[in-house]
Amino acid sequence: MRFLFKTNYNQDIRIAKHSGYYWSYGLLLLIVLAAPFVLEGYYIGQMTQLYIIAIAGVGLMLLAGYTGLISLGHAAFFGIGAYTEAVLTGNGVPLPFVEEPVVFSFVVSMPVAAIFSALAGVVIGIPVLRLTGIYLAIATFAFALVIEEILSRWESVTNGYSGLLVESLYIGDLELTDGPPFYFLCLGMLLLVLLLSINLLRSPTGRAMMAIRDSEISAQSMGVNLAQVKTKAFALSAGITGLAGALFAHKLGFLSPESFTIFQSLELLVLVVVGGIGSLHGAIFGAIFVLALPQGLAILKDYLPVAIAETPGIEPFIFGLILVLVIIFEPYGIYGRWLKIKLYFQMFPVYKKATFKRQKAYMKSERLK
Amino acid sequence: MTLFKAENLAINFGGVKAVDGVNFEIKKGECFTIIGPNGAGKTTIFNLISRIYDSTEGTMIFDGQDITKVPPHAIASLGIARTFQNIELFEHASVLQNLLVGRHCHSRTGLFSELMFLPSVRRAEVAHRDKVEDIIDFLDLQHYRDSLIMNLPYGVRKVVELGRALCTEPKLILLDEPSSGLNVEETQDMSFWIDDIKKDLGITVLMVEHDMGLVSEVSDQVLVLNYGRMLAHGSPQEVQNDPEVIKAYLGEQE
Amino acid sequence: MQLVIGGVSIGCIYALVALGFVLIYKATEVVNFAQGELMMLGAFLAYTFISILGWNYWVGAAAAIVCMFFAGNLVDRVFLRPVLGQPQFSIVMVTIGFGYMARSGAGMVPGWGTETYAISTPFSSEGMQLVPESMGSLVISQTDVSVIVATIILCAVLYTFFTHTRLGIAMQASSQNQLAAYYMGIPVKAVFSMIWGISAAVAAAAGILLAPTTLIDTNMGFIGLKAFPAAVLGGFGSIPGAVIGGLIIGIIETLAGFYLPPGFKNVAAYVVLLIVLVVRPQGLFGQKTG
Repeated sequence: MRFLFKTNYNQDIRIAKHSGYYWSYGLLLLIVLAAPFVLEGYYIGQMTQLYIIAIAGVGLMLLAGYTGLISLGHAAFFGIGAYTEAVLTGNGVPLPFVEEPVVFSFVVSMPVAAIFSALAGVVIGIPVLRLTGIYLAIATFAFALVIEEILSRWESVTNGYSGLLVESLYIGDLELTDGPPFYFLCLGMLLLVLLLSINLLRSPTGRAMMAIRDSEISAQSMGVNLAQVKTKAFALSAGITGLAGALFAHKLGFLSPESFTIFQSLELLVLVVVGGIGSLHGAIFGAIFVLALPQGLAILKDYLPVAIAETPGIEPFIFGLILVLVIIFEPYGIYGRWLKIKLYFQMFPVYKKATFKRQKAYMKSERLK
Repeated sequence: MTLFKAENLAINFGGVKAVDGVNFEIKKGECFTIIGPNGAGKTTIFNLISRIYDSTEGTMIFDGQDITKVPPHAIASLGIARTFQNIELFEHASVLQNLLVGRHCHSRTGLFSELMFLPSVRRAEVAHRDKVEDIIDFLDLQHYRDSLIMNLPYGVRKVVELGRALCTEPKLILLDEPSSGLNVEETQDMSFWIDDIKKDLGITVLMVEHDMGLVSEVSDQVLVLNYGRMLAHGSPQEVQNDPEVIKAYLGEQE
Repeated sequence: MQLVIGGVSIGCIYALVALGFVLIYKATEVVNFAQGELMMLGAFLAYTFISILGWNYWVGAAAAIVCMFFAGNLVDRVFLRPVLGQPQFSIVMVTIGFGYMARSGAGMVPGWGTETYAISTPFSSEGMQLVPESMGSLVISQTDVSVIVATIILCAVLYTFFTHTRLGIAMQASSQNQLAAYYMGIPVKAVFSMIWGISAAVAAAAGILLAPTTLIDTNMGFIGLKAFPAAVLGGFGSIPGAVIGGLIIGIIETLAGFYLPPGFKNVAAYVVLLIVLVVRPQGLFGQKTG
């Protein structure tokens, strides 16, 4: 067991609480940086996809896991970011004093896509600020459906269901859209987003967000301006998810509204819940789960009798089943289980199973609060 | 010097006058207690002062400023803090984090500087931590600094709730039944703390209480409410001997 | 006016799904995202009884409804009881998870699969004249009539059941404060399972009534998503509100499909939902919260 000897407030404020963190995360970083030179192209592509989904997951985690605002329609922001990026780098935007539509380099378009998504987040956030719990979820759900419809009908911009080609990324002459260069871009974005989130969570606004999650009324009494903080949370969350969408656009190369439906929203939610709600690690674990599940099932199919393996819909079934099992048996998600396992090894052999025994809880009406 | 004044305060809940025509003044540095049977409207008055409810009539003046229409989140920066009857702490956070939220009304950092965690943010964080540690020392919470609220016993939670309110550096603190659920020793500790808050920290205290022992020990003035209306007003001794009060609490002699 | 009738018919379906949905919410404060899937299962069961086993329509329909009652009960025991007391979000996710399982599970059952099916009903889809020829053409099919009549009957039955039995009161108590309800001797868990059973039965009825219009397949449940706007419009805790909300949504949607450009029909219900949530979150009949 490790004993921390604290002499300075900065030790609590620091990101790495003790030197052990430098070693373990440093090692992880080295592995991740070395991967493209060691693995084949297919796996690099998969890991890139992992980073993209993880970024979107962090976005939703900030909103749902930390501020307690459940969004059932986050794929909308994903889509807005993706299409904005595609339009800005592809057909360009007609500006008042310029003859041809202006095409932007990704260095400009990606931040713009993120900001545009953030603005969309504000647009949906402000009217729903006063709504609680389930009403908020339903409102975001409805919003996502409306956005999906707009994306498919606004054919002049998005090409609707015919699909929209996305240009490759270039810095000068170097093409970034494939393989290792794109991998490093996505990894860099993920690390940036994680860093920003960690910074947010250790400062007053982050604490205010968590305060809103746990008790709105006392947060207000402590001076937290609910409307302002919720709007900031929405904007930030939408912006980050939009950034992920922009990267996604380049990864896919071809956009259609079918990639941004309620299914994707639910997938993001499952990512957050299964990964471990209320932690950034949860977003990463959740992304790994969401990505690995279809792969795992595909591999398992080879070992199962033909009758089971060939039935259509086995994947969504397992998806739903795992979701239900996680909520019933491990509400803290994969990250929660990870922490318990770590604690087991740390406290060996005096680990008590009762450490995490859940109290029997009773439902109290949220309507009459 | 009058710190807080309520004039003709009233609120209706769909036909039920929960608070009706309440007038009182709190002087700076004193401890003012509101007592009354359950349902008399005591917590409602607190909710009116914290602006969680909108009053239907009347005005409230705090430190010379009319706060009757002020938004709820502005109350803390004006200098009013409160505790809640059914503890409203942030369950999934540690004691330290709860107390740090108490500093929120004093934070001046913007979103962008926080995202980058600029040195100014770091300095502000250390300053907040300093202030919080003062309160931790005051309330002897060192032991529990990093414990999650959901793992703490009720008595400790009540103290943390008090601490969080103190971290806002208020001029007036609203304590909603500070001794409910506490045993005799803890209640004794609470009375010492309320005294210290008054004398050492110079904070004016407005309290709702049922424990008459505690009330007599720390209060300077007592207001009795019944069915939302004022019944009696005066020092603890005067109020305890008031025949109307006795009638309301104990009933009339047959 | 013709459109309004068409709207009323589909509105009744929405109303029934919303009804089942609000029932569960009112009793357990659970928002059941799988209500549409319950409807789908009910329709499939009816198909099995009527078309595969060849039973009489009425018998088959009744059997399906009864089966779904037990199914709903079972769903509550298996999926919802273990998560009682967890935050609302987790419970919603469980219903979503169950929805996934039900949808793909139905696809895996032999005889069901991913095909689309129809049930033969004793009602014809031919239009019948509602008003004399001289006043213009206003047709309504027997199918539509059956939907409307069934909805009215179901609503009446449920209304009497809840206002005049102990179960209704027990239901309210359990939803407001579970622990207190336990202390009062209410078998909370059994009450919840009953509610789920009733709600599933109502959903099954909706599915059976819907079958002639939209045919049966595993994605039928998505129509159930329109129950959300209906329930919100009517007011989340209000049973009559759900019904009226469903009717209004049905009418608005049909009118939107006719008068507005294509694509608006799909989202009309949700736009209404957003407007209601912003302007008047408690809907037409709901209680104002907070």
